[in-house]
Amino acid sequence: MRFQLTEDQRSLRDGMRGLLARRFDGEALRAAVGTPGALDRGLWRELGAAGFFALRLPEADGGVGLGLPEAVLVFEEAGRALLTGPLVATHLAAADVPGAAAGEAVVARVDGGLVEWLAEADTVTGDASGAVALRSVDPLTPLHRVPAAASDPASDPVAVLLTAAEQLGTATRACELAVQHARTREQFGQPIGAFQAVKHLCAEMLVRAETARAAVYAAAVTADTVDIAAARLLADEAAVRGARDCLQVYGGMGFTWEAEVHLHLKRAWVRAQRGGGNTESEELLAVELLK
Amino acid sequence: MDLSYTPEEEDFRARLREWLAKALPGLPPKPKPEDWPGRRAYDLGWQRMLYDAGYADVHWDASPTVRLIFLEETEKAGAPYVGANFVGLLHAGPTIAAEGSEEQRARWLAPILRGDEVWCQGFSEPGAGSDLAALRTRAWRDGDDYVVSGSKIWTSHAEVADWCELLVRTDPQAPKHRGITWLAMPMNAPGVTVRPLRTLAGSAEFAEVFLDEVRVPVANRVGAENDGWRVTMVTLSFERGTAFVGEVVACRRVLGDLARVAYRNGTWDDPVLRRRLGRLNAEFRALWRLTQWNVSEAEGKGVPGVGGSVFKLRYSHARQELYDAAAEVLGPDALDLDRPWALDRLSSLSYTIAAGTSQIQRNIVAERILGLPKGR
Repeated sequence: MRFQLTEDQRSLRDGMRGLLARRFDGEALRAAVGTPGALDRGLWRELGAAGFFALRLPEADGGVGLGLPEAVLVFEEAGRALLTGPLVATHLAAADVPGAAAGEAVVARVDGGLVEWLAEADTVTGDASGAVALRSVDPLTPLHRVPAAASDPASDPVAVLLTAAEQLGTATRACELAVQHARTREQFGQPIGAFQAVKHLCAEMLVRAETARAAVYAAAVTADTVDIAAARLLADEAAVRGARDCLQVYGGMGFTWEAEVHLHLKRAWVRAQRGGGNTESEELLAVELLK
Repeated sequence: MDLSYTPEEEDFRARLREWLAKALPGLPPKPKPEDWPGRRAYDLGWQRMLYDAGYADVHWDASPTVRLIFLEETEKAGAPYVGANFVGLLHAGPTIAAEGSEEQRARWLAPILRGDEVWCQGFSEPGAGSDLAALRTRAWRDGDDYVVSGSKIWTSHAEVADWCELLVRTDPQAPKHRGITWLAMPMNAPGVTVRPLRTLAGSAEFAEVFLDEVRVPVANRVGAENDGWRVTMVTLSFERGTAFVGEVVACRRVLGDLARVAYRNGTWDDPVLRRRLGRLNAEFRALWRLTQWNVSEAEGKGVPGVGGSVFKLRYSHARQELYDAAAEVLGPDALDLDRPWALDRLSSLSYTIAAGTSQIQRNIVAERILGLPKGR
């Protein structure tokens, strides 16, 4: 058993982190907030060229030929960087929608009564008729509400897992941001991170993130629906509570529009709504206990 | 990322399963909890069976993955716990193996592996819990002996132990971490008094040990005088490796049993409770994966990684949640100590305290892993 990242997996993760640091840094993030609803098509094509969408397609079909563990690693990086756009929907459509694999097409998906990025999409998976625009809580994710009668495509375990990977990225990033802030921000003549009350918030953020990491990576290896449901619950918790605790560590700055902390929390809320919320996963895990 | 086991590891698992299926029916009846001599004989007898079958040193010489398989399979088969052999196999033994002289290794290691001798641990004191290095039990040289006076607390199996791995202060003037020495003290030495300590669960799983001018030969010192803190840290890193493998397996079984009880008694129909059990399933599945992650990391580096503190924080809390959920399923029966899980609920309360409280573990995680500054 070697349940650790391989050299190749490390390189893939570092490569994606490098690409996002170059093409979607803090400045690009702020620019995106300033132009709500607009998707950077140039970046989308670059992601396509880097194999983000074609990652799991066979090489014979022009894909990268990698598996779910690798997909989870690049989606974790996307989550960490707060990368915008219907990433999961387009990745899932890579085999079926022309142009999706190369990043030429943007694909939206009906999920949990919502559609992200509908106006920017070239294609929609599922029935989005009667969709009504919301004033989205997340300035970086335009949302449409779909009538309950409209058909939600059956909850796709891979979509749930890739969302959990994004949540894991948020959990990790939130912990990093909180720690950076706690080391530099001084009050009462010392860094606030020297106070145990702040330390313990940060420690719990790490504990939640690392527990979720083990669950998400294992689910990527087994591709088992119960493992995926468990990964999703842990990752949602790690992301939402992590971002909230990060906001708390930031103090007053955390409540401002300027600090990026609120963007992590709002995105984590949006992702937690995918796949029908947590209820379905909890029920699946409960029933599995009786087997 | 690979969760599959090598053919050699699978072979080890298959042979172990086969042996357990044959060996376990031959065990004598389990002694009563308050029967200390009976417990000693039972636990040592089990260790002797492991020794004869070639599994005695799995904690010392096997790879972390093989150790994981051993702990997983013995728990699943319902084999006895390590019990009275705990300190010998997982604390004192590894310390002597790493830091002892050739004579010391020859004297003490084989009896531990064969199931001949029981060790206990004399570390904590009434005034030295989380702050272990503040210990005050004094030892001074008198010829070829140390003379030891003081008191120890939270000592398991003290009533039936042959040896105690003892931390004493040999230089009261030195900074607190630098004046400590590690001694192997014979428990039958004059001046050693053991007093059982009754816990909130009503039983005496621990003892206090009072030391009144106990003579311990200098030859029983492991490591140099005043180097005992470093010697001890070797031991503690063993504890945070695969320490909870069997327990996570056991918790997952309890959770399954609990779900079936809930299904039968109707509490399953309450969606809030049902989903709470579903969440606990996610929790213990994740803890199993985290164990595999940490074991794989130890496999690569040869030593357990920093994941031990992360695991302990999460697991100790999850275990308490599990037995709180059990109480909700059982309703009034949860207050009956003769019912299953009522005592487990009580003993789960020690998990966020023993071997470093959750508060101390959070400090460790924050300072050593996250690099936050130490407070003033």
